[in-house]
Amino acid sequence: MRINWTSVCVDDQEKALRFYTETLGFRLKHNIPLGEHAWITVVSEEAPEGTELVLEPAGHPAVVPFRKALVEDGIPYTAFAVDDVEAEHERLVAEGVRFVQPPTDLGTVITAVFDDTCGNLIQIMEEKGQM
Amino acid sequence: MDIYRAIADRTRRAILDELVDRSGQSLFELCARLIMKHGIESSRQAISQHLDVLEAAGLIRTRREGRSKLHWFEGAPLKAIGERWPIPTDEDTSHSTDEDNEQ
Repeated sequence: MRINWTSVCVDDQEKALRFYTETLGFRLKHNIPLGEHAWITVVSEEAPEGTELVLEPAGHPAVVPFRKALVEDGIPYTAFAVDDVEAEHERLVAEGVRFVQPPTDLGTVITAVFDDTCGNLIQIMEEKGQM
Repeated sequence: MDIYRAIADRTRRAILDELVDRSGQSLFELCARLIMKHGIESSRQAISQHLDVLEAAGLIRTRREGRSKLHWFEGAPLKAIGERWPIPTDEDTSHSTDEDNEQ
């Protein structure tokens, strides 16, 4: 068993695809029309053969209150690893991304949390002291 | 809720410390800071209740930013302590001994 895909629920798949590729810098891997929606996945430029992130339509009624509660308490839907949180924060702010939590040193990790404009908060995390 | 009871708890004092360090934190950020920096592993539910106590005492206020609820430290109610027991001047304290304060 392998973890080849993981997903985020997004309000609007096309808008999400633009944000996750043009703003965050991921690469489109699959965009397969499936009726009303599409099966869209993106990958990291640093690991194009790695885990794919599925941009899942947030169509189910239960998704709405679930994500609302998470965002209200500032809880990220998922997290991405970065080498330098400060540098990513600076880059994304310049792209107009809104951060709920600026880079914060928590001892073993540095984290920050931003709004993906598609209904989610996303955490970026840098592990400190890695050789 | 009086401020004395509100600050008579280590976790609530740590929450105020973290909000002084950075204003406008979500519940998630506060919980992360409490675990990673203070070793306080209380549940989000428990921290949320501590926040309610602090808010009732007027020591924090909350505001929505976007769709997130953020928390700010509000120091004004603490003035009541200094007014009740005025803080001594340097001259007054020249005879006192240093004692460790509880964190």
